[in-house]
Amino acid sequence: MLSFENVTIRQGDFSLAANWQAAAGGRIAVIGPSGAGKSTLLNAVAGFIPLKSGHIRWDGQPLDGLPPGKRPLSILFQDQNLFPHLTVAQNLGLGLDPSLRHVNTAAVDRALERVGLEGLGNRRPAALSGGQQSRAALARALLRARPMLLLDEPFAALGPALKAEMLALVEELAGPALVLMVTHDPEDAQRFSTHTVLVADGIAASPAPTDALFANPPPALVNYLGA
Amino acid sequence: MARRAGALIAAGLAALTLGPVAIVLAQAGRGGVGTADLAALRFTVTQAALSALASTACAVPLARALARRRFAGRRLMITALGAPFLLPVIVAVLGLLAIFGRAGLVNDGLRLLGLAPVSIFGLGGVVLAHVFLNMPLATRMLLQGWQAIPAERLRLAASLDFTPTDFWHHIEAPMLRDVLPGVLLAVFAICLTSFAVVLILGGGPAATTVELAIYQAIRFEFDLPRAATLALMQVGTCGLAVALASFFTTPGGFGAGLDRQADLHAPTGWRRLADALAIGTAATFLALPIGAVVLRGLPGLFNLPSAVWPGLLTSLLVAACTAPLAVSAALVLALARAQGARWLEAVAMLPMAGSQLVLGTGLFLLVFPLVAPPDVALPVTIVVTAVMALPFAYRILLPEARVLMADYGRLAASLDLQGRAALRLLILPRLRRPLGFALGLTGALAVGDLGVIALFAAEQGATLPLVISRLMAAYRMEAAAAASLLLVIAAFGVFWMCDRWGRKDAEL
Amino acid sequence: MKSLKFAAGLAFFATSVAAETPVLNVLTYDSFVSEWGPGPAIEKGFETECGCDLRFIPAGDGAALLARVQLEGARSEADVVLGLDTNLTAAARETGLFSPHGQTPKLDLPVAFDDADFLPYDWGWFAFVHNRTLEAPKNFRDLAASDLKIVIQDPRSSTPGLGLLMWVKAAYGDEAAQVWKDLADNIVTVTPGWSEAYGMFLEGEADMVLSYTTSPAYHLIAEQDDSKTAAVFDEGNYMQVEVMGKLAATDQPELADRFLAYMLSDAAQAVLPTTNWMYPAHVPAEGLPKGFETLVQPTKSLLLGADEAEALRAPALEEWRVALAR
Repeated sequence: MLSFENVTIRQGDFSLAANWQAAAGGRIAVIGPSGAGKSTLLNAVAGFIPLKSGHIRWDGQPLDGLPPGKRPLSILFQDQNLFPHLTVAQNLGLGLDPSLRHVNTAAVDRALERVGLEGLGNRRPAALSGGQQSRAALARALLRARPMLLLDEPFAALGPALKAEMLALVEELAGPALVLMVTHDPEDAQRFSTHTVLVADGIAASPAPTDALFANPPPALVNYLGA
Repeated sequence: MARRAGALIAAGLAALTLGPVAIVLAQAGRGGVGTADLAALRFTVTQAALSALASTACAVPLARALARRRFAGRRLMITALGAPFLLPVIVAVLGLLAIFGRAGLVNDGLRLLGLAPVSIFGLGGVVLAHVFLNMPLATRMLLQGWQAIPAERLRLAASLDFTPTDFWHHIEAPMLRDVLPGVLLAVFAICLTSFAVVLILGGGPAATTVELAIYQAIRFEFDLPRAATLALMQVGTCGLAVALASFFTTPGGFGAGLDRQADLHAPTGWRRLADALAIGTAATFLALPIGAVVLRGLPGLFNLPSAVWPGLLTSLLVAACTAPLAVSAALVLALARAQGARWLEAVAMLPMAGSQLVLGTGLFLLVFPLVAPPDVALPVTIVVTAVMALPFAYRILLPEARVLMADYGRLAASLDLQGRAALRLLILPRLRRPLGFALGLTGALAVGDLGVIALFAAEQGATLPLVISRLMAAYRMEAAAAASLLLVIAAFGVFWMCDRWGRKDAEL
Repeated sequence: MKSLKFAAGLAFFATSVAAETPVLNVLTYDSFVSEWGPGPAIEKGFETECGCDLRFIPAGDGAALLARVQLEGARSEADVVLGLDTNLTAAARETGLFSPHGQTPKLDLPVAFDDADFLPYDWGWFAFVHNRTLEAPKNFRDLAASDLKIVIQDPRSSTPGLGLLMWVKAAYGDEAAQVWKDLADNIVTVTPGWSEAYGMFLEGEADMVLSYTTSPAYHLIAEQDDSKTAAVFDEGNYMQVEVMGKLAATDQPELADRFLAYMLSDAAQAVLPTTNWMYPAHVPAEGLPKGFETLVQPTKSLLLGADEAEALRAPALEEWRVALAR
């Protein structure tokens, strides 16, 4: 279980508060206006942004002070998820052993296969399409097998069909992991998540059931969705 | 991790550069600085500032021309740009005199045309020599800036049908605002402590630098606190320059690319002509004095005195130890700086402004009560040369380290990629080009450096530069010229090997 | 702490070796030690007769030598310092680190020389060296009036430079400043050391260079080239007398005395003319090497006493700086 205990994040004038919990295995969308702090929230969980106050815990253990790589999570950024000078297989291998010394190549091949990239392990990322690059990054998250998966709009650049395909893939691969997904697209949220966190006006609200939220949106969400 | 190691190295560096000054300052003596010293400081700063401006002003069009043109001999020219910087000062000066001196090519030409000869001596000559020595280095550093522009941005520019002027406004100018202050700073700091060039070409005591005042204070007056005060003046000036440079540096923020290959757009028309002119002029300006050095040295090259060979070996050994030491320390500092430790900037640049003579004297005072100085000549030479060379390596590594951290810092952290694995899988492959350049440059500098060895020298174990100065002191100017050519070949060989390693598989 | 123990160990090791063969350490300038200097022959010669190990410690150039002595102070391992000149002996004596030599060797200097602490081992006349084809000026005023170009050394970093400063002062006294002003347009440049200046002269950058009357002997004897000669000035040529002294803190006082005496023996003196390219302080029985007889001989020798040179140095330097700084 992921819990935010009276968390505040401050960056200059900007501040964001969160105080809620999310159970393992959940599918949570993070939605809100541009600049409201969706990515900030994820980056705080991932350990890239320090907290002003409060604690973030996973299963009761505080995450404060843990470096990003040691946290029980994998994160996919908007871009730069792959090292361009390493092959796709090496990029995946980093998920098993960052030193690449003890990589189970069979496991890498299996992961490639599961995301539909079989046989492409020796290519460099530049030789992959955008969708293929996203698949490779997902495959690495699969190999890392952490109990949380944070998605910071990694599929924003993909077309609707491809994006839908990727979200289905995430759903399939994530299994028991808790997934937090930033999106600006209400359809994504409705298609993918059981719960949605609305980030607006300096507050990341408690996860609300997605269907209920969109059926009866609060004023902030109404503003965001438009007429 | 890198930040802690960076802090550790920075502390050691500060101790090694400021410690000796403190020791020298603590000795008995009159201390105090006179009006003549202030005049010396004024002249020092003036010539260093002019040299830095002139060097970079010449380097920008040259670097741009080299970045966007493809021609036979381009790679060779880029490699050869390392050469002037590596020449021992006296060799470089004699090479310049063969072209611009009283009996040089230029004045021969003027006489032939019935025109009055021009004199190289004075402020103009000092700046000319500094441009010759440092413009190639500045060009290489700027060239890296051009090459670091991701192909994605070039494509975007092409797709938006940027004219060369647009390209300058939106791509090149921001890149230069990121890179140029550092280049200016590096050249300024080098010229700040330049000693022999200024003295030989300055023409007289009007061209007195702070470093000469330090010489006088130590050698004739034995007023050590005065020497230390003067050295601190130098460090202070450099500190000011570091602050100015970092104030004017604005990160380019081009974002990351996918290592796709793309050539810079090469505009035609008059721009093509201008680029050809920049390349041609620079090549002539740099090649002629180097050619003179080669011609002076060739006659004696196959008849070198035997003492030259052990000297060469010692120098190569010093280089082999110095370069990895300096570059790895610089790499840690650059990575730590790229992760936000701003204060490291000043510390990393500190040795550039340090006075070699004060540093050597302080170390001598430190070591002397414990061991006979000649016994530690080699280790001291290696450490001091590494410290002196570190800022160059740092400046070369920093821009690309910053790009690396901005583009892949978070990804590496999220994957727990750190320590030796990060070095092997991320830093070495992505920083290979600047690392090779930095290794080559520091290695070659170490080959050619007379450094503090004179204070610690033993009867045996002289480095090649010391052998050359001994040859000259013994009237053997021809043998000295030949040994200098050997030194240049060795230094350039070291540079070429490392630089080539760095550019293997690279586009350049 | 560790390094102290290590150093103590080294010192112990050094003394235990010394117990077998006594070691004499001679601090000198770098070019004396080089294989083209007198060092190797002197070392070989002295070691065959002293039953000791003679070690030279090179310390940069002549100007750096005094600073080195002062840096090391009474803790110095050196027993003898060799290579100061008379313009620096007063400052050296002032340190109180030297002890009287107590010797009265026969000297062949053109001026009387008597110094309780320092013994000369070689000497030379400063002179402007030029190509034989050049019509050389007869004195500084001639030179200043001509449009000849000269290269000189900086008195703040080189002993020949300091020698020239003293030369003008000894010849012109209060008029020295004016002479320097008049010379300003003849001076191509001022180099940090002798080597740079001499190298520039050989490359044709100047008509004349400040060096020694003995410099042409190198070209004649080593290169069979008699195209170089030196100018005799009618106001006199200033001398450089190179001296050596025994350090008071020496642990080998007798060996040091023997070394001083050896340096003035025929064997050592015969080495100096063709390695240091200077006149020996005492002409050996076999005379000067062939070729030296062709050198010009100044008619008048100038040399300021050590104390006078010391007292004049700072004001003369300021005069020089101001006169040339415009």
